[in-house]
Amino acid sequence: MTVIYLDNNATTKVDPVVIEAMLPYLSKYYGNPSSMHAFGGQVGQAIKDARSQVAQLLGAEESEIIFTSCGTEGNNTAIRAALAAQPDRRHIITTQVEHACVLNVCKQLEKQGYTVTYLSVNNQGQLDLMELEAAITGNTALVTTMYANNETGVIFPVEQVGAIAKEYGATFHVDAVQVAGKLPLNMKTSTIDLLTISGHKLHAPKGVGALYVRRGFRFRPLLLGGHQERGRRAGTENVPGIIGLGKAAELANFELKYMQRETRLRDRLEHGLLSTIPDCEVNGHPTQRLPNTTNIGFKYIEGEAILFSLNQYGICASSGSACTSGSLEPSHVLRSMGLPYTILHGSIRFSLSRLTTDAEIDRTLEVMPGIVSRLRALSPFNSEAADWLQDRAAAVVGTR
Amino acid sequence: MWDYTEKVLDLFYNPKNQGVIEDTQGSGTAVVFGEVGSIACGDALRLHLKIDVESDTILDARFQTFGCTSAIASSSALTELIKGLTLDEALQITNKEIADYLGGLPEAKMHCSVMGQEALEAAIYKYRGIEVEHHEEDEGALICTCFGITDNKIRRVIIENDLTTVEQVTSYVKAGGSCGSCLADIEDLIAAVQDEKTATSARVAAELAIAQQQRPLTTLQKINLIQQVLAEEVRPVLLADGGDVELYDVEGEVVKVVLKGACGSCSSSTETLKFAIEARLKERVLPSLVVKAV
Repeated sequence: MTVIYLDNNATTKVDPVVIEAMLPYLSKYYGNPSSMHAFGGQVGQAIKDARSQVAQLLGAEESEIIFTSCGTEGNNTAIRAALAAQPDRRHIITTQVEHACVLNVCKQLEKQGYTVTYLSVNNQGQLDLMELEAAITGNTALVTTMYANNETGVIFPVEQVGAIAKEYGATFHVDAVQVAGKLPLNMKTSTIDLLTISGHKLHAPKGVGALYVRRGFRFRPLLLGGHQERGRRAGTENVPGIIGLGKAAELANFELKYMQRETRLRDRLEHGLLSTIPDCEVNGHPTQRLPNTTNIGFKYIEGEAILFSLNQYGICASSGSACTSGSLEPSHVLRSMGLPYTILHGSIRFSLSRLTTDAEIDRTLEVMPGIVSRLRALSPFNSEAADWLQDRAAAVVGTR
Repeated sequence: MWDYTEKVLDLFYNPKNQGVIEDTQGSGTAVVFGEVGSIACGDALRLHLKIDVESDTILDARFQTFGCTSAIASSSALTELIKGLTLDEALQITNKEIADYLGGLPEAKMHCSVMGQEALEAAIYKYRGIEVEHHEEDEGALICTCFGITDNKIRRVIIENDLTTVEQVTSYVKAGGSCGSCLADIEDLIAAVQDEKTATSARVAAELAIAQQQRPLTTLQKINLIQQVLAEEVRPVLLADGGDVELYDVEGEVVKVVLKGACGSCSSSTETLKFAIEARLKERVLPSLVVKAV
């Protein structure tokens, strides 16, 4: 069965052009770029080219790019670096809807004596800048937010957030893992000090990422050791990964101008689902959203059951339901938005890529109505009028 | 991705006995349903039974489930397991039998099988006119406030499934799966149940050994042993169902007990006597014991 991959916010297919670019560095050019001989030196040159390609995607300079192993490492490094840069400041501002690799670092920092403010979002997943202004002080070392949310695709007004952070002298870090290659980025005109990207979200392989560090920022490394990355990230370079990320960045930069094609497909999927399936709605702001993402809540049924049904047709998506998480709680992002439980448990995220085709969207639109109606026929809560919603209030109001 | 068995996937894609049962009225049958779970928790089951009044037998069972793949498969498995059983036989079904029917469930999904067993009890209790509220408001202390789980329910699942870790308890009854503030309490409960189990076995074994070496058990020894087994192995299970038992007297081989709470008004009390109490005392104390309710 051919796979219809609509889970590109989880990971993407490595572009064949990227694989082609990487292959020589898995075989022929195995030298260590730190070596003094020409055999290793030529690898150093390839890394330099990759750095330039990534810098171009971000509108940054080569010297501002540090290669990392993934988005998690980038975010961990950025947060620690920001705190080390202003050790007297003991306050951090982030949001309730960040990725776990930011939230869990913040939780640990709270135990170490930092105060953390978790900004809320409204029911369309948007920040309230007034809340940020009320929370920020001269003691704030760091404001860290995502550029766009991985589950809903909702985009935050990062430049406005950055302007407020600058006013108070706080470092501004942005987790742009879901944005690089989807929205144009230009660090030269930005308020962002530190920005994280990850390779496997933009058709590069897993195991490589990059951290942008504004020139002049007093950077302290997380990993100590050799002098790789000019002493800012010790450890022998993941050469094939870095070459792959460079090529993927170059391709993504080129493809940005065709992004409306992805938006058209996403909109076609979204409108198609909403018009053929009753009792479902889009989670997140209708327009302030990534071009490739739609998160839809199908009322009265459970997301994991929808995913396993889609799986029969080779269609890959993801869900914010409790049963997919391994914890017993539904998505923290959707809960922060105060959505009703009928929506939380039945939420499905479809995320497209430039490889998504019209035929794949057609097929998804063809099978989804049947899946939803089959599961609703099994469910005791198959309509608002169902006589059995013991916890109707909680189901409608959301947050317990 | 969850590692589901073929059986789970088969019953999810092609569930048996889904839907409701029309109440035809009269003709010697009764239709009843039992429900557990909630939309907030993310899974819920409504189990419908058609019962032959004369023989107390389940003629038909159907389900409606809001939940994941394994919740739907567990519900379907439950209906297959109970069709044709008498209500008393059905009450003996444990969550483990549901999971076994499915060829096993991932541990984090075991609560789906517990939900099946609870819906079955709810339906039968409802048919027999036992207040479900009474059943739920067991006199235990609330341990997990997020999911509303009492210590009695946790004790029961620990005993019946021989659980040893907090993660297992969370997988089976969800307790501790949300805010996590009760994890330490659950740990204490597991330790307590295990201590009781070891202590009871050791004490009973020791006394029996002495008795066998010397002479038959005296009435006093019998009473002591029976008290211990009732307190530590029988009552925790009954309490979880809103029932209780008290030792009234021992005359020779006849153990007289008073059934209380839900057990007192429950028409499956004969089953409770035979399976939960007598079998346990025969195994633990003396094979010749007979239990009678007074």
